Amino acid sequence: MGSKVYINGICAISAQKTFDNTTFLEEIELYNDTVINAIDPNYKEFIPPASARRMAKGIKMGIVASKLALKDATLDNIDAIITGTGLGCVRDSEKFVSAIIDHDEQFLTPTSFIQSTHNTVAGQIALELQCKGYNFTYVHGSNSFESAVLDAKLQLEHDEARHILIGGVDELAPHTIKIHRLIGHIKAESVTANTVLNSNSKGAVFGEGGNFFVLSNEQAASSYAEVQAVKLFNTLNKSSVYTQAIEFLKENKIDHIDALILGCNGDVEYDSYYEGLRDGFSNVQQLYYKQLTGEFYTASSFAYWLGAKVLKTQSIPNVVKLNSVDKKSMDSVLIYNQYRGENHSFTLLRKC
Amino acid sequence: MSKGVAITGMGIISAIGNNVEENHQALIHGKKGISRVSKIKTIHKDDIMVGEIDRTNQQFEEQIGLSQDNNYSRTALLGVVAAKEAIKNAGITNINDCKTGLISSTSVGGMDKTEMYYYDYLTNTSTQKYIEGHHAGDSTQKIAEELGIEESLVTTISTACSSAANAIMMGARLIKSGQLDRVIVGGADCLSKFTINGFKTLMILSDTYNTPFDDNRKGLNLGEAAAFLVLESDAVVKANHKKVLAYVKGYGNANDAYHQTASSDHGDGATLAMEKALKVANLKPTDIDYINAHGTATANNDLSEGRAIIRIFGNEAPDFSSTKAYTGHTLAAAGAIEAVYAVLAIQNSVVYPNLNFETPMHEFGLRPQLTLKEKSLNTVMSNSFGFGGNCSTLIFSKGA
Repeated sequence: MGSKVYINGICAISAQKTFDNTTFLEEIELYNDTVINAIDPNYKEFIPPASARRMAKGIKMGIVASKLALKDATLDNIDAIITGTGLGCVRDSEKFVSAIIDHDEQFLTPTSFIQSTHNTVAGQIALELQCKGYNFTYVHGSNSFESAVLDAKLQLEHDEARHILIGGVDELAPHTIKIHRLIGHIKAESVTANTVLNSNSKGAVFGEGGNFFVLSNEQAASSYAEVQAVKLFNTLNKSSVYTQAIEFLKENKIDHIDALILGCNGDVEYDSYYEGLRDGFSNVQQLYYKQLTGEFYTASSFAYWLGAKVLKTQSIPNVVKLNSVDKKSMDSVLIYNQYRGENHSFTLLRKC
Repeated sequence: MSKGVAITGMGIISAIGNNVEENHQALIHGKKGISRVSKIKTIHKDDIMVGEIDRTNQQFEEQIGLSQDNNYSRTALLGVVAAKEAIKNAGITNINDCKTGLISSTSVGGMDKTEMYYYDYLTNTSTQKYIEGHHAGDSTQKIAEELGIEESLVTTISTACSSAANAIMMGARLIKSGQLDRVIVGGADCLSKFTINGFKTLMILSDTYNTPFDDNRKGLNLGEAAAFLVLESDAVVKANHKKVLAYVKGYGNANDAYHQTASSDHGDGATLAMEKALKVANLKPTDIDYINAHGTATANNDLSEGRAIIRIFGNEAPDFSSTKAYTGHTLAAAGAIEAVYAVLAIQNSVVYPNLNFETPMHEFGLRPQLTLKEKSLNTVMSNSFGFGGNCSTLIFSKGA
């Protein structure tokens, strides 16, 4: 193991006003819905209006969040760009598929086909920043973003790069929403954000967002936290989540954690995956966030944003607290996420 | 970080064969797999040619032994077939006898089912099982399950037409860093109306056989395929006395940062990718014995790639050819298909002919290898470039 890896810049575009990094979840949107959209920043401040008009929301979120994460890290450019996305710019995929069917393969234009390509966000960011470095996109369900983290960490630890932009981005689209309602992946009834865990119903509240970070192998004045480790699992039994968490901490020579960030989303069928950790770490401050962002394949990138802010500010907003444990200083944060019982991950963030 | 990355098994299914041996035979006999499309109903059927695999989904379902209620896309079916051949070829009987991961890649994922049942989903509960199979990671999860990979590192890369090359690259890095002892790497993509119409709108589909590096090239033929390679660490190879087919010696990825779909005139990204790969491999350009080019037969790619090759190798480029005339452009799978071909070239000491070539390009003097050439190969370079400016180069070698 070589160099340590730090989060040196962040930007979250979410269903909350997280876009302004000077605040930390002070003003909360308490939704009562089954689908919640990301709050748009003023894209025109960052992207020429003529280009912005043609761009998918995923691209716009990606470009703006990237620029702000770089600014936060006081960098003009980076060595590599690695994104994670579950569905890419799926609104354009829908446009292109429906146009093929509706017009019997005639009168099609390429824009929505091009934007459907999963790496279009990473490609557009490279164009915008004129970054000719390494450029990857991972598309593996709820481990899409964590794959990007793993990749970036490998390069930074081995000094193959100094600064890498990583991000998780997914957008909502009408047909995707419609068909996921039909199969019960989206809740049938609206639920208020702060009560979602007690909804006792199937499915999740769907959301969208773009959360971007600059990871570096040098600590800086802007540093939020160290990303000590990340581990991915394609499958994991409910009963072994806790033992795997303990094993993960042991591998990283950690015998206690100060906070635990969980990806529970109020889906009565799958929230039981978090029970082992909730019981096993009952004396640790527990946090949740999907009530604020909605569920999407890269929602867990928001957990990194949350963990980074918690460690840097040494404070925890009440709205994300699952329990109440009095803790003076926080040094280590464990993040656990999964979606519908698949693609689980553990991440260990440390104060720096 | 100085460890070798051994290739100990390969599996492939493409328009020129249902396994490694069939692909090898087609390659050395100059037998291409390009035809009119038969399995997809499209109004473009008389305007395009494709590299289609002759087996039906039902035949694959029977071959794999899937139940009636399965929700496999054709991408997943192709992927499972190729990955299983790779495991068998590597002589693996217990996949979990060491830390084993899977890095797959795809661009269309489950789009074949999505476009088939898009509106049908709204009223027909029997097709709704495919909704969950749409996202690109789904085929990878299914391959992992079929191979018996559990509680492990499994992920998917989608960087358009360089995807599988990048999966191989990431796999090699995971072996080198010791994160995994063994990793199955590759990619799968099936034909779909989505890609046929997408490339049609970009006006880069040829109405006849594709002709890589020919001055009169008219565009690409889409193809469908899957290929996987088994990468193992030196320790696993040694402990199990494994036969090594070849090594992943170098790799490089760079971004052209020029245009969302077109390559820059002088191939900046491609040049950078080849440079990086040579550096990682610690090789000089003169050490490369054969380049399996990306060579899609579009006006843009072949010019840009050709210029990049000249920038790296000067006018004394090594033997090079594109095998796209055999298989068509298999999109995300292409990097893995051509990795298998690179390893076969090393094993059998052959350079494959670049089919359908007649007229040298007027912009430069590069001329691909036109006939099957027998010569000993120590190193083969393989290029894969994609939308989003994505440029990847891999170098395979006979020795570690």
